[in-house]
Amino acid sequence: MNFIDNPRKLRGFEKHIRVEKVSRRSILKGLGVTGGFVLAAPVMSRQALAYETGAGKMPHGVVVDPRVFVSVASDGIVTIVGHRSEMGTGVRTSLPLIVAEEMEADWSRVKVQQAHGDEVKFGNQDTDGSRSTRHYLIPMRQIGASARTMLEQAAAKRWGVPATEVKAVNHEVVHSASGRKLGFGELAADAAKESVPSIESLKLKDPKDFRYLGKGAIGLVDLHDITTGKARYGADVRLPGMKYAVIARPPVTGGKLVKFEPEEALKVPGVEKVMQVQGWPWPSKFQPLGGVAVIARNTGAAIKGRDALKLVWDDGPNGKYDSVAYRKELEEASRKPGLVLRKEGDADAALKGADKVIVGEYYIPHLAHVSMEPPVAVANVKGDKAEIWAPVQSPGGTREDVAKTLGIPEGNVTVNVTLLGGGFGRKSKCDFALEAALLSKELGAPVKVQWTREDDIHNGFLHTVSVERIEAGLDKSGKVIAWRHRSVAPSIASTFAAGTVHQAPFEIGMGLVDMPFEIANISCENPEAAAHTRIGWFRSVSNIPRAFAVQSIVGEIAQATGRDQKDMLLELIGSPRIVKPNVKDLWNYGEPQDSYPIDTARLRKVVELVAEKGEWGRKVPKGHGLGIAVHRSFVSYIATIVEVAVDDKGKLTVPRVDTAIDCGAYVNPERIASQIEGAAIMGLSLAKYGEITFKDGKVQQKNFDDFQVVRMDDSPVVTNVYIVPPGPDTPPSGVGEPGVPPFAPALINAIFAATGKRIRSLPIGKQLEA
Amino acid sequence: MIKVKINGQEQSWDGDPDLPLLWFLRDEAGLTGTKYGCGQALCGACTVIVDKEAVRACITSVNDVAGREVTTIEGLHPNGDHPVQKAWRQVNVPQCGFCQAGQIMQAAALLMDNPKPSHDQIREAMSGNICRCGCYQRIENAIHLASTGV
Repeated sequence: MNFIDNPRKLRGFEKHIRVEKVSRRSILKGLGVTGGFVLAAPVMSRQALAYETGAGKMPHGVVVDPRVFVSVASDGIVTIVGHRSEMGTGVRTSLPLIVAEEMEADWSRVKVQQAHGDEVKFGNQDTDGSRSTRHYLIPMRQIGASARTMLEQAAAKRWGVPATEVKAVNHEVVHSASGRKLGFGELAADAAKESVPSIESLKLKDPKDFRYLGKGAIGLVDLHDITTGKARYGADVRLPGMKYAVIARPPVTGGKLVKFEPEEALKVPGVEKVMQVQGWPWPSKFQPLGGVAVIARNTGAAIKGRDALKLVWDDGPNGKYDSVAYRKELEEASRKPGLVLRKEGDADAALKGADKVIVGEYYIPHLAHVSMEPPVAVANVKGDKAEIWAPVQSPGGTREDVAKTLGIPEGNVTVNVTLLGGGFGRKSKCDFALEAALLSKELGAPVKVQWTREDDIHNGFLHTVSVERIEAGLDKSGKVIAWRHRSVAPSIASTFAAGTVHQAPFEIGMGLVDMPFEIANISCENPEAAAHTRIGWFRSVSNIPRAFAVQSIVGEIAQATGRDQKDMLLELIGSPRIVKPNVKDLWNYGEPQDSYPIDTARLRKVVELVAEKGEWGRKVPKGHGLGIAVHRSFVSYIATIVEVAVDDKGKLTVPRVDTAIDCGAYVNPERIASQIEGAAIMGLSLAKYGEITFKDGKVQQKNFDDFQVVRMDDSPVVTNVYIVPPGPDTPPSGVGEPGVPPFAPALINAIFAATGKRIRSLPIGKQLEA
Repeated sequence: MIKVKINGQEQSWDGDPDLPLLWFLRDEAGLTGTKYGCGQALCGACTVIVDKEAVRACITSVNDVAGREVTTIEGLHPNGDHPVQKAWRQVNVPQCGFCQAGQIMQAAALLMDNPKPSHDQIREAMSGNICRCGCYQRIENAIHLASTGV
């Protein structure tokens, strides 16, 4: 069954999540909020059509068609298509749940079917940018309402009564005047003949009648399979006659194979073949890097065979990439003017005339995603047809790229989407599926390409490396009157186009030019930086360095002026208002400004809520400290308080984390909490340990021993999550990514409170031991 | 020819005796519940129980388990109702779920050894199992729940 054993006994849930029953006004007045777990918060209005999203502007837009997403069998089983990729956010459950809610289906009689990659049929499938609920809450409600209407019409015809007299209730249609009832299964064949109602004619359910949405009482559809080892990830696909491959790739981005000797590899028991893999010159988007593949009867033999290969590489133009030298370059660039992206007032003059200037230069190195399932894909190419099984965040893009790479029509490519063993942006790039397709074509057999952990760390699409330099000018009263922020980092655009030296609009829109503080003189600049490795999206992307810098300097200003961090933060945010930065074509996570403005009332609210619930200002033991940070990203608002403890040897632990999130209308508060709990751990991982370095063009780390992530023994002891209930028409916003950015600065501010040490360079590593 | 009992069934292997048990289970025996995460015993995704002890299948060869009894996630309980599995579902532990077979096997081994582990004992015993999604708080809650009866 798809259900958790007893929905009422959600112990972890009750303990750690609170949906706060507060109005915006009460918070702004600073009134106490009520505790307790409140389920009856208004989640969304009846029509809920009052806002627009950027969904229609995504490739292939949105498809609202019940015939594509819903089928009802004569035994009453309702099958609902999940067209987004499941990587741990719960989307494979939550989007079909929205459909089931609106169509009055009983969730215990619903099956979820994963869509293959076909954006013409299903609409956009790129599962990234924290967009799924934001873009599909309304379309999924409409699809469910359409299906319900068709079932109601079929019943009304059967009974010869007006459709207005019948009503779908819990998997059957009821005519209450006569007491007649027909199950969905009994109506299935007739309902399929009904015409699909127009979107305008649909009546959405009254939220007070919701059985599932906003309740958080439904477990993941894959929960039982996950706990019994039956869930199928990319790595678990097995086809008859399938070969197993691992690939030796160029150790330096842009490098090429000069020669290879396969003899020793071929002597390894189980190894069947050694072959060259086609590579593309850098930069080439998601095309394979090329190299040498070892084909074997099992993965263990393939790995052993690869270890025995003799390989000679030409390292190419990035053979001198060195993280120590590159950091100096970025720092120097940050100290000189750069391309001005946002200008309000005159920051130069105001900084010159300031009573005090506080300067913070913040560094965050490259990071690797290290999803627990390293990249892996299975391909079966036969003639001009290809079938792929892969854990991809981009099923439609994968289909397109496989077709182009093999030179066959897109219609001849089937992309089966498995569960993803983590994604975090890495699996938005389908290079591993392209490798499998190329090898299968050449071998004439199905093949699985398995990346080892070392491959994942050496040949990934890393998070950028950045220096963020902020200068804040204060007047005599301590008020901030000038703000200059220079961001220097190689852009993700460099993976698509040679010669890229400036960040793309979507990167500068992540916490640089959308900075929400009420300051008269602002300059946001972007000096040049060239990439020397593949840069890609990493969960929350440029928001990581931006929130780290902006929220750290708030702590530094508070420190310099002897004020409380939270009070300083609220003073900088300023009055409740809509921020309209003076930026040409401001990027807003792809969303229209009207629906998703930069709203400082909501930003203030999460700060005040977390301060209240997280007991900001509470007395903590010696060696402990509290830090706070807030950040808007993916059009959601999140504030975090971290409590740290630092012992006399410099050992850092995190006894408690409190996070408040305003993500607008929501589907499953239980999964929101799990995302925020996980974001705290990812935030702690990157702050404490996260660093990929280069020497002679090569990544110096290799596995979890030298690229460490937080383990249970140093994870936060408790993370409490508070969800702001939305107003009746608050559009949904992102959840998967926004929890990450505020964590590191809250932690760093807490470390300052505990020790008086200000950390400006991540990871923390041994800095506290000095 | 190496003989090994996996989930109560006798299996044999006449290939490379040094083949890591992980790849034997996944690729040769078709038991894909046990996952590859690092290959170096650093992440615990491949944890199985050999006799009564949790071991990392990625650094254990088939030869190492000759004549011994291996339990994988598929064999932990015939219906998936081992107290740890039930607790996992009750607490809604998983996010992506990929590491969870290893986590569950490690937790099951812990409870065999120590039926009522403390907060610190759980954190120590489970620290060899990485969850990149960050489900640790729930893992701890689930182990407490399993240890007190689901």
